[in-house]
Amino acid sequence: MNPVQQAVVWLNDPLNWTNPGGILDRLGEHVSMSAAAVLLGCLVAWPLGLWLGHTGRGGGLVVLVSNLTLSVPTLALLTILPLTFLGFGRPAVVVALAVFAVPPLLANAYTGLRQVDPQTREAARGMGMTGVQVLGRVELPLAVPYLAAGFRTAAVQVVATAALATFVNGGGLGEIIRFGFGLSIAVGGGQILAGGLLVAGLALGVELLFAFVERLVTPRPLRRARSGAGRRAADAVTGS
Amino acid sequence: MSFRLSYRADPGNPWFSWQYVRDNSDTVLAALRDHTTLTLRAVLIAALIAVPLAVLAYWFRPLTGPILALTGVLYTVPSLALFAFIAPYLGIGVATVLSVVVLYALLVIVRNTVAGLNQVPAEVREAAEGMGYGRWGRLLRVELPLALPGILTGLRLATVSTVALVTVGVVIGRGGLGQIIFAGFQNNLYKAQIMTGTLLCVLLALVLDLFLLGVGRLLTPWLRGRAG
Repeated sequence: MNPVQQAVVWLNDPLNWTNPGGILDRLGEHVSMSAAAVLLGCLVAWPLGLWLGHTGRGGGLVVLVSNLTLSVPTLALLTILPLTFLGFGRPAVVVALAVFAVPPLLANAYTGLRQVDPQTREAARGMGMTGVQVLGRVELPLAVPYLAAGFRTAAVQVVATAALATFVNGGGLGEIIRFGFGLSIAVGGGQILAGGLLVAGLALGVELLFAFVERLVTPRPLRRARSGAGRRAADAVTGS
Repeated sequence: MSFRLSYRADPGNPWFSWQYVRDNSDTVLAALRDHTTLTLRAVLIAALIAVPLAVLAYWFRPLTGPILALTGVLYTVPSLALFAFIAPYLGIGVATVLSVVVLYALLVIVRNTVAGLNQVPAEVREAAEGMGYGRWGRLLRVELPLALPGILTGLRLATVSTVALVTVGVVIGRGGLGQIIFAGFQNNLYKAQIMTGTLLCVLLALVLDLFLLGVGRLLTPWLRGRAG
């Protein structure tokens, strides 16, 4: 039996889904862990990015943060954080994942505010708006597509990275793959492949879902202008 | 609070220890060598595939969309899943790690090379054509040199992310410095070992990045005055 057939057989066994520690349990862990991490990332990155973008300072900082996190291996961060005061367990994993959510969120929040036409900003000021009003009523609505794009990138990144939580016994769908490797390829090949399919499927599903959300929240007049150039600029900043 | 203090004062598990590095220099150096060769081979192979692919996308415009879309989808696939797809066929070994990291590096280089080639001004292309350059001559003498900054950016990004990605190879026991980090974790959370592996990873990425930056400056002397 080749690995693909083995994987189909493994996925067709209902017990593999409903057992304690089965697919459904792991999926729940994976999603809750990722959601918490993305939320934490948003709480840190969005206020900072919006403030930096509003004041127009700190462009270098944004680039530095994204370059730094690119060079730190996920595995290292996942193993180091449990050694700090966070302790061993779920909180450390969530914080580690949130660190990887920050760069796309931060970069897109910053770019989103910087790309607002200076004339628009000046007009708002000329109408007598205060700094906070300009941010809330003018800059923020115009930056929403960028924020949504950053959110999508961050969510996909975190869901992908959460698969590695298994190395620090953090649960998630990665466990299925690692258990498979533990069984050796001849025996666990099907389980390995099935785990890979589940992880990749979840990541692609999240990507599609948030691409749809991104489209939904982008006002119609902004859609056409943004789809090409803006998206590429945002991607270039995050390094993908 | 007392927990934190006692944790920090714990003499048996320091954050860094030269003693550990000295006593295990063989293992650490072997892992570093493993990591470095894996990274260099991966980036080299990826560049050899990616640049022709990018040129193809540049020459035949209808191919640009599909090539970029394919690379985008592949980039969404998590690294661990990619290991899971490839390992059942290539087995437990260097070939699997190399394929996974090459696939990721490939995408970064293709994207940046296409972007670099597209940045070549139309007037320059027309001037080259007017001077009688054919398709290949124009590519080798005009377009690729002008796209070098883009290509080098791609190479640098690919190198740095490859250094980080190789550590995921621990899933099949071939993770280079990742083995050191993971062993430290299993070794009752031995911090000195984990930190040694991590610091070497970051340092390796930094050194390779600076090396490529230097190569880039040597290869594009015409940009030097402008940047400074």
